[in-house]
Amino acid sequence: MLDPIILLPAAINGLTMGAVYALVALGLTLIYGVLHIINFAHGSLLMVGLYGAFFLHRAGLDPYLALVVMVPALFFTGYALQWSVIGKASHGSDQNILLVTLGASIVIENLALYFFSADTRTIDTPYSFEMIDLGVALVPLPRVIAFAAALVLAAVLWFLIARTDLGRAIRAVAKERQGARLVGIDVDHIFAMSFGIGTACLGAAACLLLPMFYVSPHVGHVFVLVAFTVVVLGGMGSFSGALIGGLLIGVTESLGGLLLGESLGQMGIFLIFIATLMFRPSGLFGSRLS
Amino acid sequence: MNARLVMAAGLAAALAVPYLVRSDFWLGFLITVLLFAVMGMAWNILGGYAGQFSFGHAAFFGTGAYAAAVLHIGFGLNPWLGLAVAALAGGLVALVIGYLSFRYGLRGSYFALITLAFAEVLRILANWAEFTGGGVGLYVPLKVGIANLQFSGKTGYYYVALGFAVLSLAVGWALEHSRLGAQLMAIRENEDAAQALGVDTFACKLKAIALSGALTGIGGGFYTHYYLYIDPGIAYGPGVSVEILLVPIIGGLGTVFGPLLGSAVLHGAGELARRLMGDAPGLNLIFYGVLLIVMVRFMPEGLMGLVWRLRHRWRRVADA
Repeated sequence: MLDPIILLPAAINGLTMGAVYALVALGLTLIYGVLHIINFAHGSLLMVGLYGAFFLHRAGLDPYLALVVMVPALFFTGYALQWSVIGKASHGSDQNILLVTLGASIVIENLALYFFSADTRTIDTPYSFEMIDLGVALVPLPRVIAFAAALVLAAVLWFLIARTDLGRAIRAVAKERQGARLVGIDVDHIFAMSFGIGTACLGAAACLLLPMFYVSPHVGHVFVLVAFTVVVLGGMGSFSGALIGGLLIGVTESLGGLLLGESLGQMGIFLIFIATLMFRPSGLFGSRLS
Repeated sequence: MNARLVMAAGLAAALAVPYLVRSDFWLGFLITVLLFAVMGMAWNILGGYAGQFSFGHAAFFGTGAYAAAVLHIGFGLNPWLGLAVAALAGGLVALVIGYLSFRYGLRGSYFALITLAFAEVLRILANWAEFTGGGVGLYVPLKVGIANLQFSGKTGYYYVALGFAVLSLAVGWALEHSRLGAQLMAIRENEDAAQALGVDTFACKLKAIALSGALTGIGGGFYTHYYLYIDPGIAYGPGVSVEILLVPIIGGLGTVFGPLLGSAVLHGAGELARRLMGDAPGLNLIFYGVLLIVMVRFMPEGLMGLVWRLRHRWRRVADA
């Protein structure tokens, strides 16, 4: 059972799935790092992105080209959501934000259920089943692309936060709201920008995920707790942490599924989540956008 | 005196309902309202009074439901005793989860997340284990009789649910007037200050979560014997956690009558949505979500806050 011929492909498969988890978690960790809120609507916004990419594909646009549309579209969705709903309803309390994002996720998910029905949909692309031979394992092409994209996206986010004026403002707001306001930063705008950028990451994740996954109104559930686990494990607000955390979780899930069976395999993720929260809530690489 | 009169009249009206409401549908509706009023009060003890928001009350609900089902089906335990065991089981699971979370100082969002994760772990276990019937779930055999907690109509279930609702109100009232209640409210307002004043915050929070878990466990046990069926998705799914927490938030956190009011309004709104827009899947949930956002945005004190404001205004008018 512990034969490397089985273990190695499973681990590589886990790594590529982990890259997708990292893609989803990158946006979540940015939102947490700046707003210090736990965005429960993250999974359902990913679902919105997946449906967007799905219908664009039906209209004849390749999912990878749909990136150009979905990333800005989800950026504006996130910006508007934070600006008009979450920020206004929070009254400055974390628990209220938790409840409002939970409410938003319930609304978004069930609107999707109402309009699109509970059907699970997939798309056919010429490259969906194309395999790349990595020597030790055959990996589907979309997974290799997702893996590379996760690295690129993490680098882009890092650059955005560390090297641009917008990033400097975001870091300032994350560190000290009042101080940032005093030096003339529009804090509400920066909050909405951060939420928008975090949601835009989901637009990218959705386009990269669709060729190898499915979309249904509840698809967000698959990712939301996993994404929280990745974010907590990697240290809330840390991009490199989200990347490494995502890969770790992917491998854990894959190997857990191999050793314990499909149904119990998922439990490894939640046990890691609980253990991290209890023993190391700052995560493996705990840092808050600093 | 006035308040007592109102409560006595309310109780008398509630007792008379099955003689006035002949429709099984509306009795069923009221049973749901009462069941969630009980569990909403349970959530309220922990979330409303102690300020610890749980997103995983399904862990206690499901454990109560499965304890009642497994012991009745597998070992022939009397369902009434089964409800007591469901309370114990719910309380015990709550103690374990509470111990692990509070021992390591998890608060706020972290506490919400870890309770959600615990409920998910239990869902996966219930899906996997054999004695829970796995993904297929468990059916309680039909055997009508009061001793067996099965009634031919809805009236019997209604009175049982009403009994538990009254019990939950009594628990809420007693808590509000107890030392523990005051300590919990101090923790909610400022945990560090409460600790500095000598409140054993860890012990108080454990008591709150155990009480909350026990009351939710009763709800789960009642659910099993009312619907005669339970599966992992119903028992431990996020849906029930959300429905439980909506009830006191809409009704009014940290109030005795908030959960009852919230449950009635929540399920009334859900029913209204169904009537107005047809029985489409997820429609009532859209209303729940909108209601949650609107309440947090415009009425953070819940409907009880509105009731108080109206009463205050009315008294001022009466005094003038």
